[in-house]
Amino acid sequence: MSNLSFALRDSATMLRRDFRHSLRYPAMSLSGLGVPIIMLVLFDYVFGGAIGAGLGSVTHIGSYIDYLAPGIIIMAVGSGCATTAINLCMDMSEGIIARFRTMAIFRASVLTGQVLGSLIRTMITVVLVFGVALLMGFRSDANPVAWIAALGLIALITLAVTWMGVAFGLVGKTPAGANSLSLMFQLLAFTSSAFVSPALMPPGVRWFAEYQPFTPVIDTLRALLLGTPISSSTVILAFAWCVGLTLVGYFWALSVYNRNSVRTNPAR
Amino acid sequence: MMMIETRGLRKSFGNHVVLDGIDLNVAAGTIFALLGPNGAGKTTMVQILSTLIGADGGEVRVAGHDVVREPDAVRAAIGVTGQFSAVDNLLTGEENLLLMANLHHLSQSEGRKRAAELLERFDLVDAARKMPSTYSGGMRRRLDLAMTLVGDPRIIFLDEPTTGLDPRSRHTMWQIIRGLVASGVTILLTTQYLDEADQLADRIAVLDRGKLVAQGTPDELKRRIPGGHILLQFADAQGLEAASRILGAVGCDDNALTLQVPGDVNVRSIRALLNRLDDESIAVNDLSIHIPDLDDVFFALTDHSTNDHSTMQKGNVR
Repeated sequence: MSNLSFALRDSATMLRRDFRHSLRYPAMSLSGLGVPIIMLVLFDYVFGGAIGAGLGSVTHIGSYIDYLAPGIIIMAVGSGCATTAINLCMDMSEGIIARFRTMAIFRASVLTGQVLGSLIRTMITVVLVFGVALLMGFRSDANPVAWIAALGLIALITLAVTWMGVAFGLVGKTPAGANSLSLMFQLLAFTSSAFVSPALMPPGVRWFAEYQPFTPVIDTLRALLLGTPISSSTVILAFAWCVGLTLVGYFWALSVYNRNSVRTNPAR
Repeated sequence: MMMIETRGLRKSFGNHVVLDGIDLNVAAGTIFALLGPNGAGKTTMVQILSTLIGADGGEVRVAGHDVVREPDAVRAAIGVTGQFSAVDNLLTGEENLLLMANLHHLSQSEGRKRAAELLERFDLVDAARKMPSTYSGGMRRRLDLAMTLVGDPRIIFLDEPTTGLDPRSRHTMWQIIRGLVASGVTILLTTQYLDEADQLADRIAVLDRGKLVAQGTPDELKRRIPGGHILLQFADAQGLEAASRILGAVGCDDNALTLQVPGDVNVRSIRALLNRLDDESIAVNDLSIHIPDLDDVFFALTDHSTNDHSTMQKGNVR
């Protein structure tokens, strides 16, 4: 077998390992579901009336739930970062990882297995959040092609956020450290176009909100699902962020994984 | 043929020198024991040999391959069973073995066959579908070693394979290790138990504070330490006094009424000694013989604070 097929096979093996883990601990896998649904309910039913009234002037979207749902989806993706980071950090402290390192396997497979597992878990969460949004009145008249494109874009940003989460999990050393590093992706949703339009923000914040990773992705998602107008530069920016963060996360994670080959206790 | 070779191996963590110029050779098909107290650098040594961490200096070849230049060739030849068992705690025993089979790229049917064989061989059939958290210490070590064997390694590193096990599990582990060597595998094991090294190893190296302080067969090491003596215990002080007068007062303990008589310990020397005491009508209450064992070697080579006398006494108590 070639190196590539070994890489694929080892990654698939690690994915199966990750899958079995999440079957054993379903609570951890679904923990990413709670916050987005609470946010959806909170922002639509509690703040929605006030925010929606203010938004009407700058967006072309009728009901606030239509505006909100794509933002909450990306927020769910962002909070998946912490889950990945914590999972990975805890896994790295297990003796089995040292065993993997002494085996002639595709070295990154320990990480790629986790990434694929997280990607699948986050996509399941995304579908469930979409389901809740539909129950709350979210409506899209997009055709199947647009839906597939939307899910593809969500998968891309998930891949990016997950690789960053893997890097945070390796750099963070402890689950608490890994969690606090990934906090930035959770906070990023609040300073994006998820809840309100950047057009309503003061200039400095607005500039940040418009160019940070989540806003172009959310705006492209809205364009696909709701048919809102969008500039091609926003779409390009969305893809650039997805690809850029994926590459940064991947190479960062791999270099840290290879450098700290084992967490040694110098006393021993 | 040498399966493991190191020349001038050095490793420090910060200012703390863990390995300070280690030279060792392990011949194919033998058990080599790395013996030393906690903190001697045993685990670090295994981590370097198994490609987990890099050395700061020196040369390391495992299975004929340089660990720095050809780590994957080394990894393909070795199996490692660590001090804290490296099993996946969220997978059952059987799933752990199948995971290893997949990572060694065995086919589905080969993998199942191999897992079933190993479960049988390591007496884990009943526990196959249970999680390792329900296993006893001995079962975990057996699963750990079984996982190591899935890939049929030519060299196995056992880092303190019996630390914390009860005596029965220890003996089971020893039998397994002997069986492995009989099948042609080369084993490097670290241990802080002298009897373990004595029981299993063809050669022993004593590691202390990052240096090899002695190396040889168990018998060679024992010969280095003159510790053989006969210990006599008398009924009263008069007997002790009389005996110490005719035998020369060596290792005389007035409180315990004991006398140490150094020299060769064999049937003839014991008979001659008892005859002399009989001639003088000195009653001997008790007699014990002390043959130097690895404890003596170990304490003589690694003990920095206590003197010879106390190490001898420790030997006698056993």
